[in-house]
Amino acid sequence: MCGIAGLYTKSPGLQDRLGEHLARMLEQLAFRGPDSAGAAFYRAPAPPGSCKVSLCGDEVDWEAIGAELADAFEGASPPRVLATHAVFVVEAEAAEVQAWLAQEHPTLRLMSAGSSIEIFKAAGAPADFIERFAIERLDGSHALGHTRMATESRVTTEHSHPFSTGLDLCLVHNGSLSNHNRLRRRLRSEGIHFQTDNDSEVAAGYLTWRLREGASLEQALEGCLEDLDGFYTFAVGTADGFAVLRDPIACKPAVMAETDEWVAIASEYRAIAVLPGAQNAVTWEPEPGRVYSWGTAPVA
Amino acid sequence: MPAPDATQEALSIDLASDSVRALNQRLHESMEPRRVRVLHPAGMHSIAVGLDAAHEVEIDGHVGYYCAGMNKLATVRVRGNCGVGVAENMMSGRVVVEGSASQSAGATARGGMLVVHGDASARCAISLKGAEVVVRGSVGHMSAFMAQRGSLVVCGDAGDALGDSLYEARLYVRGSVASLGADCIEKELREEHLTQLQELLAKAEIDDVNPAEFRRYGSARTLYNFHVDNLGSY
Repeated sequence: MCGIAGLYTKSPGLQDRLGEHLARMLEQLAFRGPDSAGAAFYRAPAPPGSCKVSLCGDEVDWEAIGAELADAFEGASPPRVLATHAVFVVEAEAAEVQAWLAQEHPTLRLMSAGSSIEIFKAAGAPADFIERFAIERLDGSHALGHTRMATESRVTTEHSHPFSTGLDLCLVHNGSLSNHNRLRRRLRSEGIHFQTDNDSEVAAGYLTWRLREGASLEQALEGCLEDLDGFYTFAVGTADGFAVLRDPIACKPAVMAETDEWVAIASEYRAIAVLPGAQNAVTWEPEPGRVYSWGTAPVA
Repeated sequence: MPAPDATQEALSIDLASDSVRALNQRLHESMEPRRVRVLHPAGMHSIAVGLDAAHEVEIDGHVGYYCAGMNKLATVRVRGNCGVGVAENMMSGRVVVEGSASQSAGATARGGMLVVHGDASARCAISLKGAEVVVRGSVGHMSAFMAQRGSLVVCGDAGDALGDSLYEARLYVRGSVASLGADCIEKELREEHLTQLQELLAKAEIDDVNPAEFRRYGSARTLYNFHVDNLGSY
């Protein structure tokens, strides 16, 4: 069992309080996933020609990393530090920054890269995560969150969700995959890099690979129906919105709701009930095997 | 058991301030039938489970999992949607959902009636053991899987694998059936079935649906005993 939450704002009024609303949703899902928690926020896009990276490391001198980044490239912002994570905006392409980090600081873990995405995650109770990362203070256009109850692999920050699936893309998963070992071997031979033995990371890697090969997000998700064996409700964050897919057996729950102000997905309705105007929202259960998406042109 | 006194004022319990456990304890303690109104359910689980008296419970809003599970004698009305397993293992009484129900609605229910005015998703009436389930909308895949006794009436459509490995439950579907499960076949809708349908729809207070428009499905009874030719179906 795990918990998934996603919130997409349709009006600027809600964007200032995005973190507060996502925090309330995650609290409701804490009992579905007491092991660890994480969130992806889409906020404050980097200017053209720059990229944004979220990094995670223990006892890191983030100011020094910022200075090194500024030296190595045209410039870099000072770090915005949240608990064990730091976010930098660097005047360079994401691929260049990723290559530099892998070379110069291989122990730092890259949580996300892109224009607006920021990923934070940590082992431990969701309530602690919300407090340590001050999730309530974050704004943004949309966000995905996850609470984890581990069934397939260890409880660590690296094994937590969301998983980055490419620039400005991420995945959260409720369920378990049974063909992940074989699929991971196949994806490694295609050059996809994995940090853990986690099954959900394989789903993220699968989407990364399909998107790299030119599939649209919808095609990549439909490919999951063929190539992934197991149970899943997926929510995929994109620069402009999010997409949702449930496996055809549909053991894993999902509820969606929409008002004039927002669109939300959650594992259970109780996590939607905490949103403003939820009582009058159009509420439904996404059908098995069907891709739902919000935001224009989710992936170019 | 008599119905609650109609002149009795309904007891209001607000789940914004009271716990679900407190609500359920109030309902369990009183064998005298009561009228109870539940406010702000906010998708909480296990609301009004295990009732064992002819209470009349009205819930104003959407509920979470297992609402009115194991119900006996009581009438529970949900003015909203339900999560997984509404009225699971109901023994008697009546559960009415004004919105839609998530998966496994009426699972293993032995008696009483479940009415869903919206849709019910996957595995509706799974392993049904004698209750009457009437869905005004459509049901999802694997509905009435291994259903043993009772009736499922679907005024809309049914998803894939309807009635897979069915025993003696009666299935009535007015719309399309995406596919029939193993050993489930269409059967003739005879006079006795029309009469039963009329009674079920009347009891569910659905009066704008013509019983003659339904088709009946039941067990071909070929999986009842081991037969080597059926090996692939077991």
